[in-house]
Amino acid sequence: MNQMTQAERSVQTETRDVKFECRDVQVWYGEKHALKDVGVDILDKTVTAFIGPSGCGKSTFLRCLNRMNDTIAAARVGGQMLLDGEDIYDPRVDPVQLRARVGMVFQKPNPFPKSIYDNVAYGPRIHGLAPTRADLDAVVEKSLRRAALWDDVKDRLGETGTSLSGGQQQRLCIARAIATSPEVLLMDEPCSALDPIATAQIEELIDELRDRYSVVIVTHSMQQAARVSQKTAFFHLGHLVEYASTDDIFTSPKDPRTESYITGRIG
Amino acid sequence: MSDPAQTAPRPRRSLLQTDAGTRRRNAAERRFRTYGAAAILTAMAALAVLMFTVFRDGASAFVQARATIPVVIAADVVDPQGNRDPAEMAKILTMSYSRLLDQALTREIARSGIQVGGLTQRDITGFLSAQARADLRRAVLADPSLVGQEIEWRMMTSSRVDAMLKGRITREMAARDARTSVAQYDLAMALRDRGVVRAGFNWRFITAPDGSDSRPEAAGLGVAILGSFYMMLIVLVLALPIGVAASIWLEEFAPKNRLTDVIEVNISNLAAVPSIVFGILGLAAFINFVGLPRSAPIVGGLVLTLMTLPTIIISTRAALKAVPPSIRDAALGVGASRMQTVFHHVLPLAMPGVLTGTILGLAQALGETAPLMLIGMVAFVTTYPSAPPQGLFDPASALPVQIYNWTQRADPAFFERASGAIIVLLAFLLAMNLIAIWLRRKFERRW
Ligand SMILES: Nc1ncnc2c1ncn2[C@@H]1O[C@H](COP(=O)(O)OP(=O)(O)O)[C@@H](O)[C@H]1O
Ligand SMILES: [Mg+2]
Repeated sequence: MNQMTQAERSVQTETRDVKFECRDVQVWYGEKHALKDVGVDILDKTVTAFIGPSGCGKSTFLRCLNRMNDTIAAARVGGQMLLDGEDIYDPRVDPVQLRARVGMVFQKPNPFPKSIYDNVAYGPRIHGLAPTRADLDAVVEKSLRRAALWDDVKDRLGETGTSLSGGQQQRLCIARAIATSPEVLLMDEPCSALDPIATAQIEELIDELRDRYSVVIVTHSMQQAARVSQKTAFFHLGHLVEYASTDDIFTSPKDPRTESYITGRIG
Repeated sequence: MSDPAQTAPRPRRSLLQTDAGTRRRNAAERRFRTYGAAAILTAMAALAVLMFTVFRDGASAFVQARATIPVVIAADVVDPQGNRDPAEMAKILTMSYSRLLDQALTREIARSGIQVGGLTQRDITGFLSAQARADLRRAVLADPSLVGQEIEWRMMTSSRVDAMLKGRITREMAARDARTSVAQYDLAMALRDRGVVRAGFNWRFITAPDGSDSRPEAAGLGVAILGSFYMMLIVLVLALPIGVAASIWLEEFAPKNRLTDVIEVNISNLAAVPSIVFGILGLAAFINFVGLPRSAPIVGGLVLTLMTLPTIIISTRAALKAVPPSIRDAALGVGASRMQTVFHHVLPLAMPGVLTGTILGLAQALGETAPLMLIGMVAFVTTYPSAPPQGLFDPASALPVQIYNWTQRADPAFFERASGAIIVLLAFLLAMNLIAIWLRRKFERRW
């Protein structure tokens, strides 16, 4: 634990700000203690990867960051999670406002069965971010461009989002998430339903998103974590085992469990 | 390594020979398919027989024999004062107009040279519908300038003459029937041959109010159709929003606990409650307790709403459940509130199911009879209810109870009308189902 905080400090001394400050985070699903004493600082303008064997609590932790766990009746969350110094589980916080600032992309592409335009425009509309039609057009175009989808769809914005290919659908979902100008982008295994080419495109995109957002990505592929992330957190059985720069995790893991996992002995 | 399955290989058999097990399996499959086909055939045959009998007995209700003869509106009969004052003329009763019609018919028989032996005054008077005199009187009172003129007047014949033309009463039957005679039969045939009596489409059957026991030919479905329509309106306006709101709450917002479990079980139970129980409830609650009028569409509509609610709730909840959770995640993930998630995304996707459930619920309510009889909708109503909302409190009938009512009357002409009314009811049900299918197609989306 001590080593870990040292590793964190060394990164903190770089100029990047801490976006999310999490201390002693606990999650219970009914009786099941799914996440135990997780403490982590997620940096701005950085891609942070969560890795670990399946069922270790990566998604659970990710869903705490935008309070999507609120929708699960059995889920209970404890501990402290600060976004820019404000406790996101404070009773005064409306999760709806939080989710506009912390966007999410899901494992399976889930565009609305509406037009491509409406998919992207939905967030800005409900949050009142684009008062005029021209503003909205601009936001839609900007988001689609940033999601590297504009050239593919600019001539068919009226077609339904579900008519796109899997990779395009996932990029549409990313465009939809960034249309509300979030500060953090959470991605839960965004490539697991995609083919290698689409995966490579999304990975490239994630790398580009880093200069504006703090990106947190859950992945079961260690290669992916190594390719796209600067920081990596390794979870095991509900514990955060090790959190350090991606290079350190993959070249000199401190914890024997991390080492076993990245060398393929547990997983 | 020493797997017994490998050490003792199965004897190889030719693929060209079916073994006993496969043959048995295939035989079982063939039998099962035969049972299935037989079941479908039985159901189709039953439906075909039902349709055939209904149409055989009821199609003729849409046709009515009418006589067109010149009638002299004799001034001394309908306006003895001679001042054409409608108030004075209104004192002349229908019986006097009957005399005009009898004279007109007698004259017509003589003019066309019809020779029928044994024709009595009763045969003449009974030839035309009792409704014809009333209609003539209304026409004259509405337009006093007709007095003293001779007009070509088209009027319904009595139900027995109508039945003779349709072949339901033969000459032999006419001889035995105390209410008609062979002479009347011969007269009907002769007038038909001369084109004086003709069968035509019977709009009155669809638009007119119910007729008394002695005038089946005048009985129509107008009041019943209006009453049923008003009730469907009430059911739609109440059951759809209440049912959808209840389903959304149960499916999307309600915590999962004892209380909601109990509510859930009770909704399913409610769907299984016999409709007559809802009738008793309506009688006790809406008529005896609240004091709403009997025989009124408002009460029927409320009772049918209660009956339809579980159907709508169950189908709406199924439709909401069928919307993939990923859609909810997507909406919540961009910061939509739960209500926005439901109304922008989930409910539109569930709409085909909601509408289909609603229309099927309405169709079920349209055919419901028992609860309506309990709240007095079986009454004999000859005046149309007025326009809503006032009309919802006026007495009215309903299609299914009208059918029941007519099957209870003695004159076989009413049986024909009842079958005709069944055709009308089936046509409405068919139309509603077609609308349900159309809506389903229109709103169906893929995700
Ligand atoms: N909705 C839920 N209800 C109950 N238990 C859950 C739920 N979601 C996840 N869990 C449990 O919590 C643990 C962590 O799950 P998750 O965070 O999804 O793992 P990961 O994403 O790392 O594969 C698992 O043991 C899982 O069974
Ligand atoms: Mg997961």
